[in-house]
Amino acid sequence: MARQGLIGRIGIAAVLVLTASACGTDSGSRPTPPQAALDGVGPITLATGKDTSGNLQNQIDGWNSAHPDQRVSLIELPENADAQRQQMVQNAQTRSDTYAVLNLDVIWTAEFAANQWVVQLPEAEFPLDKLLPATVETGTYFNRLYAVPTNSDGGLLYYRKDLLDAAGLTPPKTWAELSAACAKVLPANPGTSCYAGQFEKYEGLTVNFSEAVNSAGGAVVGPDGKPTLDTEAARKGLEFLVNGVKSGEIPGKARTFKEEEGRRAFQAGELVFHRQWPYQYLKAAATDGSSAVAGKFAVAPLPGLTGPGSSTLGGHNLAVSAFAKNKKTALEFIKYLSSEEQQRANLEKSSQAPTWAALYDDPALTARFPYLPTLKQSILGAKRRPAVVKYQEVSTAIQNAVYDAMGGKGDVGGALTGLQARLSELTK
Amino acid sequence: MTAVADPPRSRRRAGTGRLAAALVSPTLVVLGLVVAYPIVSAVRLAFYQRNDGVDPETGLLETGYRFVGIDNFADMVTGATAGRFLNALWNTTTFTVVGVAVEVVLGVLMALVMHHAFRGRALVRASILVPWAVPTAIAGLLWNWVFQADGVANDLLPGPAILWTTDGLQAWFAVIIADTWKTAPFIGLLVLAGLQVIPQEVYEAARLDGASPWRQFSSVTLPLVRPTLLVAVLFRILDTLRMFDLPYTLVGPGKDATDTVTVLAFEEAVRFGRYGPASAYAVFLFLYVAVVAFVFVRLLGADVVGARVGRNR
Repeated sequence: MARQGLIGRIGIAAVLVLTASACGTDSGSRPTPPQAALDGVGPITLATGKDTSGNLQNQIDGWNSAHPDQRVSLIELPENADAQRQQMVQNAQTRSDTYAVLNLDVIWTAEFAANQWVVQLPEAEFPLDKLLPATVETGTYFNRLYAVPTNSDGGLLYYRKDLLDAAGLTPPKTWAELSAACAKVLPANPGTSCYAGQFEKYEGLTVNFSEAVNSAGGAVVGPDGKPTLDTEAARKGLEFLVNGVKSGEIPGKARTFKEEEGRRAFQAGELVFHRQWPYQYLKAAATDGSSAVAGKFAVAPLPGLTGPGSSTLGGHNLAVSAFAKNKKTALEFIKYLSSEEQQRANLEKSSQAPTWAALYDDPALTARFPYLPTLKQSILGAKRRPAVVKYQEVSTAIQNAVYDAMGGKGDVGGALTGLQARLSELTK
Repeated sequence: MTAVADPPRSRRRAGTGRLAAALVSPTLVVLGLVVAYPIVSAVRLAFYQRNDGVDPETGLLETGYRFVGIDNFADMVTGATAGRFLNALWNTTTFTVVGVAVEVVLGVLMALVMHHAFRGRALVRASILVPWAVPTAIAGLLWNWVFQADGVANDLLPGPAILWTTDGLQAWFAVIIADTWKTAPFIGLLVLAGLQVIPQEVYEAARLDGASPWRQFSSVTLPLVRPTLLVAVLFRILDTLRMFDLPYTLVGPGKDATDTVTVLAFEEAVRFGRYGPASAYAVFLFLYVAVVAFVFVRLLGADVVGARVGRNR
């Protein structure tokens, strides 16, 4: 008995010493973030939002049949972006190796990189020069590559071609032209409203506000990472939205629109102009009776204050979790998914906007997806949203200010002054 | 029954006490793990904040937490988001006061209807209870559809479309309506149980004395269901004070008119990863709920644990 007790005590002591030394090495290696070698080959997982395209499993099957020893299994997270991010963050906070490859929204890169939840990727191993430059930029943080863009997204102006043609108009390039077009078209079309975007209090509002500010020639956050909302351009941008609601050009109910509510309104023929992502194109063009505007609409670049506007950049990037075991396989799998061949197949099957620049000029593809040239123009001129670590707080502050201003609470100047102060605090 | 009067029994009781302690100890351990530990841990966390400095060279965040004393609590009332907190506290309180008041009136009416013997009684009872059986988050989504700009509510109401799910008084009302729909049956169910133990003779006596139906209700029914009703109301108050799902799914987070303290705590923790301030909100709410429950029990004498049953009979 005594001997067993002694052995037990020695064992415990040994464990304690080992744990202590393990802790020591851990905290010692923390401050230096060298570019860790990405090694480890074997099965991995891909964590992504619900695959609405239906093509992702095909792509994974293609990889798995070529790499039977490095199988990829798909982990589908909820469709809601906040819920996806929440699960990925929790997974990272518990240092779990469940997720290997993460499909990150473009706005999450800074947060995930700064928290060291994803590893730095070797730039030389990816054909970054073949991708649209704006999309590659969204995968970088402090000039280091943390994520590789696999699909992009840019806002388009959907417009009722039939109504504009009947009035002898071309799609508007400026906000003034947009108002003038509505003034001409609306009297003959009761029950139709002029313009809508995504104006519910959520990420979509941040997108639409940034877009308005960019399209007036301003920026929400300058190149130095500091907010620039005390400018005339920012004022004009917010005024476009606020005055639109005031004058009724933006219908009041657009303040409850997320993507889908707006899509239903456009498809029901309630809107002349609609700011929306490319995914609406195929749905609004459906001829199965679900869309009242099939064959009656077209897309154009977003309008701006004095000329064409500039979109907010959307899309998704693939990154490797810092806690994944088989990082080498993860890296190779990202190369596979971002290759021209896979992006082309994905575009054909799911109409998701690729990041491979050449695909936008492919005649076979542009014939099938007539919006591609407009979309390329939109993405090339698109601005990214603020690349700050506290992005969620920044976005929430923007939503608070803009939502209240559009609801007629306070004035534009006051909203921007308050927002400028709040963002300065969050980005200092 | 006292220990002094009966020594041998007392010894046996001490033995029984030890056995009882041994028997309940697993329960106590489980309670300690699922109740005590999270509370202590949340209170501890409320005094810490995550380091959030960014390395200017690499852009990497500092790691670890630092002790900040009562800063998290002070920030609640004086910091940049103090307005939001006070507003959320106001919403939490008004939802509770107005919501529970409306629910009590409707719940008692439902109970009276369910209590009466008439044809189809089982069907009425079942249908009144359906809303209560729907999970709150789902109910929130359903009502979100009802209250959409082109939803059922606006179709039924005359006049221009009301934008229920935007910010403002109408959003506050939307939550009250949905919450009442959802939980008045709960009060109804408990009150019904209370009604069913009232002996019929009491009413017969009242009728013999010539009491009007209203007098019967106010002087016989109400006093006799009062103990049950108070417990139901207390449960509802505690529930409503921590209301989260309805404002979150029906109207959406971030709306001044409907954000509750729990919504703020959720946002801080889950969206911003600021667990310290989130814990501070949660701890505050915990204390608020505790104080309200204490005052309620003391002032109205709600008999929650059945302590007075023996004495009354």
